[in-house]
Amino acid sequence: MNRRQGLTVLGAACLSLGVGAAWASEEAPEAFVKRITNDTLETIKADKALRNGDIAKIMQLVDDKLMPHVNFRRMTSLATGPAWRKATPEQQGRLQTEFKTLLVRTYAGALSQVSDQVVVVKPLRAGQEDKNLVVNTEVRGKGDPIQLDYRLEKTPGQGAGWMIFDLNVLGVWLIENYRTQFTKEINAGGIDALIASLVARNKTNAKAS
Amino acid sequence: MMMSMNRWAMPWLVLVLFGLQGCATVQNADARDPWESMNRSVYKFNDVVDNVAIKPVAQAYVAVIPSLVRTGVHNFLGNLSDVWSMANSAMQLKGQATAETFMRINVNTFLGLGGLLDVATEMRLEKRKEDFGQTLGYWGVKPGPYLVLPLLGPSTLRDGLATPLDMQGNPSQAFTDEATRNALTTVRVLDVRSGLLQTVDVIKAASLDPYTFVRDAYLQKRNNDIHDGNPPADFDYSESESTTP
Repeated sequence: MNRRQGLTVLGAACLSLGVGAAWASEEAPEAFVKRITNDTLETIKADKALRNGDIAKIMQLVDDKLMPHVNFRRMTSLATGPAWRKATPEQQGRLQTEFKTLLVRTYAGALSQVSDQVVVVKPLRAGQEDKNLVVNTEVRGKGDPIQLDYRLEKTPGQGAGWMIFDLNVLGVWLIENYRTQFTKEINAGGIDALIASLVARNKTNAKAS
Repeated sequence: MMMSMNRWAMPWLVLVLFGLQGCATVQNADARDPWESMNRSVYKFNDVVDNVAIKPVAQAYVAVIPSLVRTGVHNFLGNLSDVWSMANSAMQLKGQATAETFMRINVNTFLGLGGLLDVATEMRLEKRKEDFGQTLGYWGVKPGPYLVLPLLGPSTLRDGLATPLDMQGNPSQAFTDEATRNALTTVRVLDVRSGLLQTVDVIKAASLDPYTFVRDAYLQKRNNDIHDGNPPADFDYSESESTTP
């Protein structure tokens, strides 16, 4: 091992130690988003089955890489609105399952477009609160850049970190965009009607793919 | 110039008057969409026209024309539309954006083979789309009721009234030869629609009611674009439990 290699190894060791320490204490929200997105992008780039739309594998990826960092219960409850609190735990569980399937299945097709994209995390806007904090990013690749923003909350207590609870694609927040549609179904036939129409949509999508 | 303005303005005026006459009320009406029943009809009409005529041609365009050529076409049209974006940046007194878009146009026109190559983006001169509806929004004009325009799709009263100006403002309309103008318009439609092939499929698969999905997304996106990506938050996130029990 020559001196240069030695230095590199030393540098890498310091870096990883530094990163490790940062995670343990407090990771900055931008760093958190950068880590999650790069990790996911690398996995997709390395795996052809994912890009070909293998739903089972994509679901696995989502469960392994993303779900630990997403407060999906909060996402679903916000999309559902006030009716969420009146729903039974069983209904709430089914809503989450079906909503997740809907999202994963519909965006699975977009994975085939992943090639040489890079995610640029923009500087954090000042004056934001820890319980509702937006990180702006931009996906750059072929064609026009894509605005992709995350809404985060700080998880309290031990090993404090961040959880994603809303997502913005091209200027459209996901939860807000589902709220009206969900409310319509609930007004027409209650929570069960909403679950039923989510199930129906998922069935149609499964047939189409 | 004036003639063609009138040609475009008339159908809009008629439409607006139609809208104002009021239509059948829709249950659970959304305050932003008082003309929902008319809008839904136009939406259906657009969907049929798209399925029959526009989408198949856009698919053929993608299948037949090599992607390198399509990218060139996209860049060329984008360079033309940058001119109107620059004018609107200026009307919104955005000095830096105006200057950067001016640079973009020069770089792409002179170094990018007349706009076929988007050299500017690689030089970190980012594209900033601005139209007259955004300019009006910047100066505080409210969007007004949601409006689905025949063939053109989602809009609002404000954006719909701005649309004829946006069309006039595009340099492709400066050609005196009508055949050239029409050809450019056709290619623009193909360029836009072919770029949206996947998006439209995703929207149809992702939504319980595509009409509502598109409307809400359009209204959110316009508000986002008027505030350059940072609109004031108006959605209430506080009503849910904040962390998993």
